[in-house]
Amino acid sequence: MRITQGTFSYLPDLTDEEITAQIQYALGNGWPLSVEFTDDPHPRNTYWEMWGLPMFDLADAAGVLMEVNACRTAHPDKYVKLNAYDARLGRQTTALSFIVQRPAHEPGFRLERQETSDRQIRYTTHSYATERPTGDRYRQG
Amino acid sequence: MGVPQDAARPSFGMHATGSRNGREPAQEEQAPEPELLPAEAVVDLAAARREAGIDEVLGSLDAELVGLEPVKTRIAEIAALLLIDRVRARFGVTAQQPTLHMCFTGNPGTGKTTVAMRMAELLHRLGYLRRGHLVSVTRDDLVGQYVGHTAPKTKEVIKRAMGGVLFIDEAYYLYKVENERDYGGEAIEILLQVMENNRDDLVVILAGYAERMDEFFAANPGMQSRIAHHITFPDYTVGELAQIGELMTEALGYRFSPDAQEVFRRYLDKRVGQPWFANARSVRNAVERARLRQARRLLEQPDPRVDLAALTTIEPDDLLASRVFGAASDGPSPGSGGVGASIRTGHGRLGER
Repeated sequence: MRITQGTFSYLPDLTDEEITAQIQYALGNGWPLSVEFTDDPHPRNTYWEMWGLPMFDLADAAGVLMEVNACRTAHPDKYVKLNAYDARLGRQTTALSFIVQRPAHEPGFRLERQETSDRQIRYTTHSYATERPTGDRYRQG
Repeated sequence: MGVPQDAARPSFGMHATGSRNGREPAQEEQAPEPELLPAEAVVDLAAARREAGIDEVLGSLDAELVGLEPVKTRIAEIAALLLIDRVRARFGVTAQQPTLHMCFTGNPGTGKTTVAMRMAELLHRLGYLRRGHLVSVTRDDLVGQYVGHTAPKTKEVIKRAMGGVLFIDEAYYLYKVENERDYGGEAIEILLQVMENNRDDLVVILAGYAERMDEFFAANPGMQSRIAHHITFPDYTVGELAQIGELMTEALGYRFSPDAQEVFRRYLDKRVGQPWFANARSVRNAVERARLRQARRLLEQPDPRVDLAALTTIEPDDLLASRVFGAASDGPSPGSGGVGASIRTGHGRLGER
């Protein structure tokens, strides 16, 4: 199951040219970018690991793409995303965030039901990937 | 901002609308591939030249930079090569992008930084660089202070320079021959790698004094071979220096009186032979000091009323007070008078660098 997190996640994966165009759009708006990766795809996992520091004062997308590619090489079977941060007063939040790499095979989620008092049901999503230890989650076979 | 209704399906995707609209024109731009010209087509090079706006940049280079013939020739050659490459590409003949990493060697004040700045603009106009900005750094910006500090620091600078020119001033400081454990070697290694792999992303320009750069290249043969253009900046002649001085005073809103022009030339004649002479930089300093003396002269003159001409004119006295004239002829020089003497004894040592 393809996870859908961040901008463009309902579209087919972006090519490097399309990613470059998006980076350039973010840089044009004055948003510094940062690269993050994780192997825990749960939508509530907001703490992805940072790949280096956020990149400030860049003029051209090539520098960001270089880091994206370095992260892809180091973590070929993890999720990698790009965040663009808008630091303007009044916004000060992530302005654009999209996945630039996902594992070849995404096992997906199951819905868990937990019966509590008074026959109430609590629901939670459980990621199949997390059944394996971290670092080993998207190994084929 | 849409609030996610369902936690399992966050609506982040909806936010894309604005950005996607921004992306579509880019795709449309890519769609009509520039059609290749047939083999028998004829291209007007003059028109291509006009289109690229090279003449404008080369013209302003000629007008604003005095002398530097070998530099201008090389820049014109590079401009011509890139233009021809572009025209060839229209016929479908593509060659590998030429390497444009450069090394500027020359004495202090010969215009290395100024030319580097122009180079960035020129290469941008010719379509070689995507952004055409200049990132000027020295050893401090590239080399770290402890183990593991250098690589991220160098990479950050390189990322900032992507799409433009990375100008490394006093590049020979990067490598210290006497200290084996210096981190400069690491910075050089990363630079070399980027110069090879990201050739179309950035142009690296090293600058430094000729002898020191020779030592630097002797210690780093890999660097020497990766730099295609070694450009030597010659020292200026006295005539050129005088011209530079006039351009500078003009830019500051001053002008030399006819007598002062003649004195300025004599000043340069003497100054060139003295130690610490730094070409255009010395000229700038001389002009700055002449301004100081002119201001002081105007305040001290018996008649306190001045007109525009007086405010903007540098007189021979403002120049003759310089220590340069005193040092050459032992004892007070004829024209310098009391002011010159007081400046010589006052802060003459500081003044003449």
